[in-house]
Amino acid sequence: MARNVNAWKTVDKFTIFLYLILVFFGWISIYAASYDFDQASIFDFAERSGKQLVWIGLSFILAFCIMLIDARMFETYAYLIYTGFIILLLFTFAFAQEVKGSRSWLMITDTIRLQPAEFAKFATALAVAKMFNGYNFKFTQPSNFFKIVGLVVLPLVIIVLQKETGSALVYFSFILMMYREGMTGLVLFGGIMAIVYFVLGIKYSAIDWLGAPLGEVIVLVLICVALIFIVRYFAENKRVARTLSYFYILAALVVAILLLCKVAVPIFYVLMGVVAVSVVYLLLVYWTTFSSKILVSVAVTIVSVAFMFSCNYFFNKLQQHQRTRIEVLLGMTEDLHDAGYNVNQSKIAIGSGGMWGKGFLNGTQTKLKYVPEQDTDFIFCTIGEEEGFWGSCLVLALYTALILRIMVIAERQPRPFGRVYAYSVLGIFFFHLFINIGMVIGLCPVIGIPLPFFSYGGSSLWGFTILLFILLRIDASRGEHF
Amino acid sequence: MRKDYNLEKRKFVIAGAVLVIVAVYVVRLFSLQVGDNDYKRYADGNAFQRKTLYPSRGFIYDRNDELLVYNQPAYDVMMIPREVHDLDTLDFCNTLGITLEEFDRYIDDMKDRRKNPGYSTYTPQVFMTQLSTQDYGRFQEKLYRYPGFYTQNRVLRQYSRPIAANVLGNIREVGVSDIERDDYYRRGDYMGDLGIEKSYEEVLRGMKGEEILLRDAYGRIKGKYEDGRYDVQPVSGRNITLSIDADLQAYGEKLMQNKTGAIVAIEPSTGEILALVSSPTYDPSLLVGRERGKNYARLTRDPSNPLYDRALLARYPPGSTFKPTQALILLQEGIVTPETRYPCTGGFVVGGLKVGCHAHAAPINLVPSLATSCNAYYCYGLRSMLDNRQQYDSTSTAYEVWKEHLVSMGYGYQLGIDMPTESRGYLPNRHVYDKVYGVGGWRALTIISIAIGQGEILATPLQIANLAATIANRGYFYTPHVVKAIQDSVIDSLYLQRRYPTIDARYYDYVVEGMRMAVTDGTCRTANLPDIEVCGKTGTAQNSHGRDHSAFMGFAPMNDPQIAIAVYVENAGFGATYGVPIGSLMMEYYLKGEIDPSRKHLEERMFNSKVEGNSGKKR
Repeated sequence: MARNVNAWKTVDKFTIFLYLILVFFGWISIYAASYDFDQASIFDFAERSGKQLVWIGLSFILAFCIMLIDARMFETYAYLIYTGFIILLLFTFAFAQEVKGSRSWLMITDTIRLQPAEFAKFATALAVAKMFNGYNFKFTQPSNFFKIVGLVVLPLVIIVLQKETGSALVYFSFILMMYREGMTGLVLFGGIMAIVYFVLGIKYSAIDWLGAPLGEVIVLVLICVALIFIVRYFAENKRVARTLSYFYILAALVVAILLLCKVAVPIFYVLMGVVAVSVVYLLLVYWTTFSSKILVSVAVTIVSVAFMFSCNYFFNKLQQHQRTRIEVLLGMTEDLHDAGYNVNQSKIAIGSGGMWGKGFLNGTQTKLKYVPEQDTDFIFCTIGEEEGFWGSCLVLALYTALILRIMVIAERQPRPFGRVYAYSVLGIFFFHLFINIGMVIGLCPVIGIPLPFFSYGGSSLWGFTILLFILLRIDASRGEHF
Repeated sequence: MRKDYNLEKRKFVIAGAVLVIVAVYVVRLFSLQVGDNDYKRYADGNAFQRKTLYPSRGFIYDRNDELLVYNQPAYDVMMIPREVHDLDTLDFCNTLGITLEEFDRYIDDMKDRRKNPGYSTYTPQVFMTQLSTQDYGRFQEKLYRYPGFYTQNRVLRQYSRPIAANVLGNIREVGVSDIERDDYYRRGDYMGDLGIEKSYEEVLRGMKGEEILLRDAYGRIKGKYEDGRYDVQPVSGRNITLSIDADLQAYGEKLMQNKTGAIVAIEPSTGEILALVSSPTYDPSLLVGRERGKNYARLTRDPSNPLYDRALLARYPPGSTFKPTQALILLQEGIVTPETRYPCTGGFVVGGLKVGCHAHAAPINLVPSLATSCNAYYCYGLRSMLDNRQQYDSTSTAYEVWKEHLVSMGYGYQLGIDMPTESRGYLPNRHVYDKVYGVGGWRALTIISIAIGQGEILATPLQIANLAATIANRGYFYTPHVVKAIQDSVIDSLYLQRRYPTIDARYYDYVVEGMRMAVTDGTCRTANLPDIEVCGKTGTAQNSHGRDHSAFMGFAPMNDPQIAIAVYVENAGFGATYGVPIGSLMMEYYLKGEIDPSRKHLEERMFNSKVEGNSGKKR
C-alpha cells in the first residue's frame, strides 16, 4: 500500500536550515575572498560573488525540482542515472578540452562549463544504494562486496584518467558507508594503520636510534601493539591477546634493563625477532583452534612488516614534486616557495586571524591574493583570517551538525536504500571537510577538492545540492511504504 | 525489513571518528590562531610595505640669521630582494652608471649581515646610495622594468659658505656600531659626524615617519593601510641658530690661512662663541655626497690634519697669557698687593737657576709687570706663595691652593662646550710632582716655570679665550657654547648660568689695567685701535716642537666688553708678530665691521704670511 504525503511537510527542516546557512556564509566568503579594493557591489554579476549568486539561485530551483520528484523515481532509475553519468564522464574524458591540465570540464558555452565528476558522486551513491536494496542482498558475500566495489571504482578510474586525482579520491569515502553496512572494521583499521606507518616510517627514517632507523623501530613497535588489538577485538581471543601483551611487556623490560646497563642492543633485530615469535605463536594457536581470524591476524602482521619495508622504496620511486609535497607536509623539508607556498600562506592567513578575526573584508592576506585559489579550494582561509578562531569553529560546528544530522536521517530510514544512500552522502561530505580543511591548516596533503557550499563554482554547488536534496526527498517519504 | 543491531552500533564509531577529527582540527586552529606563533608577524611582513618617511634635517643659521647649512635632495636605490625577478643586470647597471663588479659588490655588501644586521629578503634594503639627479631621472623612467627596486628620497647637506667646517661638522652614513648602539638608525640612514651635527644630532635629525602601504602577492601597491590611520608623519629636525658670526668666522679663517693654530672669540656677556677658527681647515662641502668617502680619507691622510679642531683639542703651553691668572691668584692669596715690587735683573736669577726676561724698568709692581710681561715678577710671586710656610704648611698644600684657583678659572678640566669633543688641557696635581721628585722633594724653584705658563701646564685656545672673557666680565664667565638658540626649544640651562672663579671681583681691575697698559705702552701696542679701548696680553710660548708659538689674549672695549679673544699661531715666534695683529684685527672687524685704513697693511701681512705649524701632525 502506497501513501503519498506532501514532501514539504515531512522534509527535514533542520537540514534545510543548515544548508541555507552554509550556502549564505559561502556566498559572503566568496565575496570577501575575491573582494578587490576598488570593487563595487556584492551583487555585481561580473564578479565572482555575483556569479555565485546566480549559481545559488539555480541550486534553489534545482532543489525545489528534486523535492517535486517522487522518491521512488530515484530508486527506479538509479542504474540509468549511473550509466548516464559514466557515459558522460567517458565523453568528457574523450572530447573535453584540457583546462589546467585536466580533462574534466565540459564546455557548455565559452564561459559556462560543468564538471561531470561533481555529479557522478550522487549517481554512484544512488546505484550503490539500489544494489544494497536488492532482494536478499548480503554484503558479507564476497561477490556482492566486489560488485559494490566495482560500482565505486569505475567512476574513480575514469576521473583519475581525467587527471582529477582529488575528485577521484573522494570515492574512497564510500568505505565509511561500507563499514556501516558490515564490511569488516579491519579494513578501516588497516587503512589508518597504513597511513600511520607510512608517515612515521618516512618521517623518522633518517633518524638513527641504537643503530636502526627510528622510523622502522616505531613502526615495528606499533605493529606489535596493533596485533594485540586485532587479536583482542577482531579475533576475539582474550587469552591469546593477554599472553601476547605479557610477552611484549617482558621483552620491553629486558630491552630496557639491557639499555640501562649500557649493553648494545641490536634493537631492530630484537623487534623483528619479537614479531617473528608472535607470528609463530599465533600459528600454533591456529593449529589448536582453527580460527581463521587468527590466521587473518597473522596475515595482517606479515603484510604490515612488508608494507613497512616497501614504504621507503616506493617513496623514493615517487616523482620529485610528489615527494616534496609529502616531505613538506611531514615537516621534513621547508619549501616555502614551491610546494609549501600555498599551505604556508594559508597558515599565515588563518594564523593572523587570531581569536576574533580581522573583521569582514579586513583580511589583508586574502585580499592581497597571497593565498592561492582563495575563493575555491582555500576559501576557509578567508573565514580563518576575517572571522578568527570563533568563525572557523562556527563553520566546523555547522558541518559537524550537518554530518551528524545526516547520520540521524540515515539511521531512521526504513529501507537499506535510504540508509546506504544517506551514509554515502555522509561519507562524501565528511571526506571533503576532512581533506579540505585539513589541507588548509596544514594537516593533510594538498588535494584540490572543494569545501561543500563554500568554494566558488556552480558544478560543485549543484553537485552537493543534488546530493543533499535527493537524500532529503527520500527521507521525506520515509513514512511511505513501498 | 532487515535490521542488524550489531551493525547499528557502528554509527557510534563513525560519529566518534567525525568528532575526533573535528576536535583535532579545532585544536589545530586554536594553536594557529590563538596560540603564540609568528603567523601574525609573517602576515604583516607579507601584506604591509612599511615605507620610511625621512624628515628634513634642521637648518643651521649663524647669529645674524644667515643660513649656513640646508638640505639638498638625494636618492637611494632600494631593493626588496624577494621581489626582484627577471632582472636584466646589464641594462640595470647601464642605467645606474655602475659596472657589473660594483653591482656585485653592492649586493654582497647588502647581504653581509656584519655590515647590514637588518638584512632580510622581505624588507626594503639599501642597494646603493646618493644617486645623482641625472641618474635618478634615468632610473626613475625605467623603474617599471626592475621589479623589486624603487627609489627613496634622502637628505644631504648643502653649505652656503665654505667656512666653519670644524664647528658645523657634517653627516655620514651610519655604520654597524651606530645601528647597534641606537636602534633608531637603519642601514643607509645618516647621522651627524663631528661638530654640532654630532653634538646636536637628536635636535637636528627630527623623527622618521612611516607609511604603511598594502601590497599584494605580486608586490603591487594597493593603497594605504586603513587610509593611513596608522601612518606616522615624520617630524622635521629643528633649526639651530649658532652663536658664530659667519663673517667674523670667515675673516678669522682668512687671517689664519697658511698658518697653523686657532682663534676663539667669545662674547663675554653671554659665553657665546663668536668665532671658532681652527687652521688649517677645509671646505665642509667636501664631505657631502658620493665623494665623501674619498675626500674624508684624503683629509685624514693630510699631514697637516685639517680635521683636527685645534681650537678645542690642541693643548698649548699658555705662555705669558697665563700671567693674568697668576696676578689674580697672588692678589687673592695676599701674597702681593698692587704695590708690591719685585726686582728684575734681566730675569729671575736664583742660585743656578735663571728665567730670562727682557729690558724694562725695574723693580716693578703688578700693573706694569703685566704690561711688560715681566717673567721675574711672576717667578718671585710664585716662589713667595709656594714657599710661604706661615700661610701654607707645605709646598704641596700651597700648590693645591694655587691649582684650585686655576681650576675655578676653567683650566685643567673640560669647560663643557656643546661640541662633541674638547680637551681638558693639562694642570698637574701635586701627586704628579710627588711622583717625579718624591714626596717633599720639590719646592717653588723646582717648578718655577709654571709661573709664566710654561713647564707642564697646557691649555686649549678655548680655555685661554674663556680667561679673557672672565677678565672682561671682572670675575665670572658663562660656559662657552656655539649654539645660541634652538627652534621651538631652549638651549641647555648650563649655558645660561654664570660661573664664578674663586677670585674676588675687585682684583680683576688691576689685571684689566695691566692688560690695557700692555696695549697702550707694553708688549701689544699693535693692538691699539684708534677709538676702541683694547685690553690684551701677548704670549710667546716655548714648546718642544720648534719655534715659539705666537699667542694673544684680549678683549675690547675695556669698559663694555663685546668680544674676548684668544689667538694661537703655532711656531710663529713672538706673540706680537702674529697673535697680536690677528687678535686685534678680529676685534676691530667685529666691533667696527671694517678695518681702519691705517691698519690695512697688518691685515694684508696676515693674509699673505705663511708659517709652518706642527700640531696634530701625523708622524
